Amino acid sequence: MLYAILCYKDEDVVAAWSEAEDAAVMTRLGVVHETLARQGKLGPSLRLLPTTAATTLRKGGEPPLVIDGPFAETKEQLLGFYVVDVADLDEALAIARDLAAANPGGAYELRPVLLYNPDPRVAAG
Amino acid sequence: MSATDPDSAWIAAALAASRPRVLAALLRAFRDLDTAEEAYQEAALRALRTWPRNGPPRDVAAWLILVGRNAALDGKRRRTREEPLPPEEALSDRDDAEAPLAERIDASAYRDDILRLLFICCHPELPATQQVALALRIVSGLSVARIARAFLASEAAMEQRITRAKARIARSAVPYEAPGPAERAERLGAVSAMVYLVFNAGYSAGTGTERAALCDEAIRLGRLLLRLFGSEPEVMGLVALMLLQHARTPARFDAEGDIVLLDDQDRGLWRGPMIAEGLALVDKAMRHRAPGPYQVQAAIAALHARAACPQDTDWAGIDTLYATLERLQPSPVVSLNRAVATAKVGGPAAGLARVEPLAGPLDGYFHFHGLRGALLMQLGRDGEAREAMGRAIALAGTAAEAAHIRMQLDRLSRDAAERI
Repeated sequence: MLYAILCYKDEDVVAAWSEAEDAAVMTRLGVVHETLARQGKLGPSLRLLPTTAATTLRKGGEPPLVIDGPFAETKEQLLGFYVVDVADLDEALAIARDLAAANPGGAYELRPVLLYNPDPRVAAG
Repeated sequence: MSATDPDSAWIAAALAASRPRVLAALLRAFRDLDTAEEAYQEAALRALRTWPRNGPPRDVAAWLILVGRNAALDGKRRRTREEPLPPEEALSDRDDAEAPLAERIDASAYRDDILRLLFICCHPELPATQQVALALRIVSGLSVARIARAFLASEAAMEQRITRAKARIARSAVPYEAPGPAERAERLGAVSAMVYLVFNAGYSAGTGTERAALCDEAIRLGRLLLRLFGSEPEVMGLVALMLLQHARTPARFDAEGDIVLLDDQDRGLWRGPMIAEGLALVDKAMRHRAPGPYQVQAAIAALHARAACPQDTDWAGIDTLYATLERLQPSPVVSLNRAVATAKVGGPAAGLARVEPLAGPLDGYFHFHGLRGALLMQLGRDGEAREAMGRAIALAGTAAEAAHIRMQLDRLSRDAAERI
């Protein structure tokens, strides 16, 4: 069984951390990651940039509406996500529009990824 | 409670993160900066006393606003009627009151509240350094001692400077009514300029100094603005510009504290996360097709950030962007920066042709003589190059600037010796 663990926290508080505090948290998490990776239980993990760097594609209308900022509604729920490797925001938006055409309704939030750890199980072969 | 106590670290971070919003709401409630600051202090003290015991409230900012407002009202009442304060326990039981209060904090109102708080620091009668000091004291909540260290002033002198600036503000009418769209845009412009002043105060200092930390404060203020004005491309540009410039900080000075020029910097030392965030914001801003000075400067910084090595730099793109900036925000310093790009694209003679007409307005400017000297050196006009570099050294603002030019002069002498 695969589980996605979604991380929530007040980003203002995280932004108020000093570099040393941030590094300390990442080191503590790294210890947990290593144990999980040894057990073959860790899949890919990533850290996102702040919501201020996000852009949202509202899929309701035609064409879909591009809005600055994160997805902020509460009547829809998080049902899945993609990680795409692109040159810039415009290319990511083009992909999101293709996805929207295949699956209208709801929204896609496009959030740049700060740190991406690939699946260690794949790396281990 | 020690500094390593996870409780105190969490509370300190939560207080720092919520300060602008809380102080802004208290300012609106009391319409007096000193009262608002005292109320905030009191709320923060009570948080430090009660949160380790009771746990953090659900909405930190709403709790602080409520407790601060009550504390200030109690203080007023006490002064007028000598009424006793409610016991501490009764106060922390009021946590339940935070939910309706949080609902009452209308998102658009607190946006204007915070903008007002920042805007009062940009009073046009206040000189730039006082605006910066005031914003750091009031909005960022830095201690007077720390601000004094950052500006190499005594604590007493800085205290006096801030008190005087506050008195100036108190004498002028602070507009408390909600601003109209034009007024809001005007305030946003003034506040953005002030945030960039804070950034440059830090950026111009050497690494590891107290003042260098001001860059982080400015970025924090910029992110705050961006959260409030999420669709403003110039705010995106401002934050991107600061992130992309600050990303280079670990590579900007060598072990001796001397400046390392962009071309010579170890790009492996640049901070990847800041670059990633800056580039993402530039992308977002560009989609609006509404260029402004911060966006163009951020786009220039982005072209530098995207180059894996100096040879990969898109100097033609940078030259074009500087031409846009010259149109949007004409200034001899912008033209001087453009000359650097022009020289990279078209050679030292083309660069020098842009530099020479700036001799009038920039005669007292270190970088003018530094660049002119370097270009003359490349053209083999050694005598004129030496003269220009001598002028630059005389005008250097920091030891690192002077040392950098001396190094170039040494190179010139060495090359000359080799030619003989």
